Amino acid sequence: MIVTTQKPLDEILDFVSPYKNILIVGCDGCTQPPRGIREAGTLSQLLDLGGKLRNKEFEFKVNTLVKQCDSHLTAVALKDMIDDDVEAVLTLACGLGPQTIAILYPELPVFPAQNTVFIGSEEREAGTLEERCAACGDCVLGLTGGICPVSRCAKSLLNGPCGGSQNGKCEIDPNKDCAWALIIERLEKLGRLQDLEAIQPPKDHQAVARPGKIVP
Amino acid sequence: MANSLFEEKLNSNEFLVTTEIGPPKGADVSEMVHHIDLLKDNVDAINITDHQSSVMRFPSLGGCLLVKERGGEPILQVTCRDRNRLALQADLLLAYSRDICNVLCLTGDSIDVGDHKEAKPVFDADSVQLLRMIRTMESGKDMSGEDLKGALKFCIGASVHPEADFIEPQLIKFEKKVAAGAQFFQTQGIFDLASLRRFMQYASQFDVRILAGIIVLASARMARYMNDNVPGIIVSEAIIDELAGVEKGKGLEKGIEIAARLIKTIKEENLCHGVHIMAVGNERIVPEILEQAKLPSMPTKAQ
Repeated sequence: MIVTTQKPLDEILDFVSPYKNILIVGCDGCTQPPRGIREAGTLSQLLDLGGKLRNKEFEFKVNTLVKQCDSHLTAVALKDMIDDDVEAVLTLACGLGPQTIAILYPELPVFPAQNTVFIGSEEREAGTLEERCAACGDCVLGLTGGICPVSRCAKSLLNGPCGGSQNGKCEIDPNKDCAWALIIERLEKLGRLQDLEAIQPPKDHQAVARPGKIVP
Repeated sequence: MANSLFEEKLNSNEFLVTTEIGPPKGADVSEMVHHIDLLKDNVDAINITDHQSSVMRFPSLGGCLLVKERGGEPILQVTCRDRNRLALQADLLLAYSRDICNVLCLTGDSIDVGDHKEAKPVFDADSVQLLRMIRTMESGKDMSGEDLKGALKFCIGASVHPEADFIEPQLIKFEKKVAAGAQFFQTQGIFDLASLRRFMQYASQFDVRILAGIIVLASARMARYMNDNVPGIIVSEAIIDELAGVEKGKGLEKGIEIAARLIKTIKEENLCHGVHIMAVGNERIVPEILEQAKLPSMPTKAQ
């Protein structure tokens, strides 16, 4: 899933303050933590309060979309949500949402309520969302015991740990696991340490030429 | 193509002493030149660090040019943190063209530990890939397979961390570095000779030279700071107690004594092929350490 964090309220207020009638849309897609109708409603209340402090009155419409990265679904659903009164759209989706809507409504300002931080998974026991994929375009999980060094090693190293690996933890943060300690532990259990013998060449960054674009 | 002076010494089996100088933050190199003059005849080679601890400084290559100018033998430290493969290769071409042939290949500390935390960490290559990159260039091709004009020959080394508490991953990386062409290793700071002995029992099967890293501590506070903040450093409680036990202002003296004692033991017991002294801002005291360790100035270099 795509992991996002909410932007500071002041930043969002700065975006929407020039407008009165604003559509706030959540996204029911993969975004975590959830940013659906409930969170869109909460945000509208916070903005109402924040607006009052700025002597600013808003008229919010609150709704949600199935997945904002799907331009067809989003186009169909937005038709019923956006009338002539709507002056701006505030979306709780990842970075894809504002871009989809911006293309669909070239005349309408659209603002993000979220910062998109990474592709991650939910660690239920720890109650955390953790980065697990860097979308590098050249998956190495087959060689690394299913543990991704590209997203989980601070240096994205491909040939084993750096000298800063201590007690299985990362040199930049002792609360984070050293991906290579995990990889080696796991490959050892699998009896596949020999998978690490080959010197991995520098990564092919051309695997995803930015901006990425494929014809599926 | 002649070997570098340092490479010849590596092959001679004599006990080697290298040290390092961290370039200044700024273009005033007078103090660095002073240190180069002080050290060049006392050691076999001088490393110039490459934005040590990810703190932006005068470049390593510029420092090596100064070592050459002053008649010393430089070791160019190259990290992969700040330059992509184009810049790395280009710097190596410049180095070779100025007769700077000894290169210590490092991945480099994380950007996060330095003073430009928002910079993009490059890490287009890692230390193993850098070693191999140099061997590729020596074959006459750049990394994209294009011909290089003129022949190149480097003497290349890398680092290793014999005191890591989880040693297995370090040894896997060490063997990769050997396989990629490393001729010498300058280790992370050693404080416990037992771990060096253990490491050498293992490392002696490889045809490489190992120089034990000796960090000169100036106080118990510095030792604790390094334990907490410098990746890969483990100063033992015994050494911290020894430093804490001296009266105020005598910490560096004790640090010199500890460093000299370690070096003397390493040489007497023939534990490895030499030492690499890291005086961390106190470059001027290196000759005193060598004197206390009973390692006189290099007679061949003084002539």
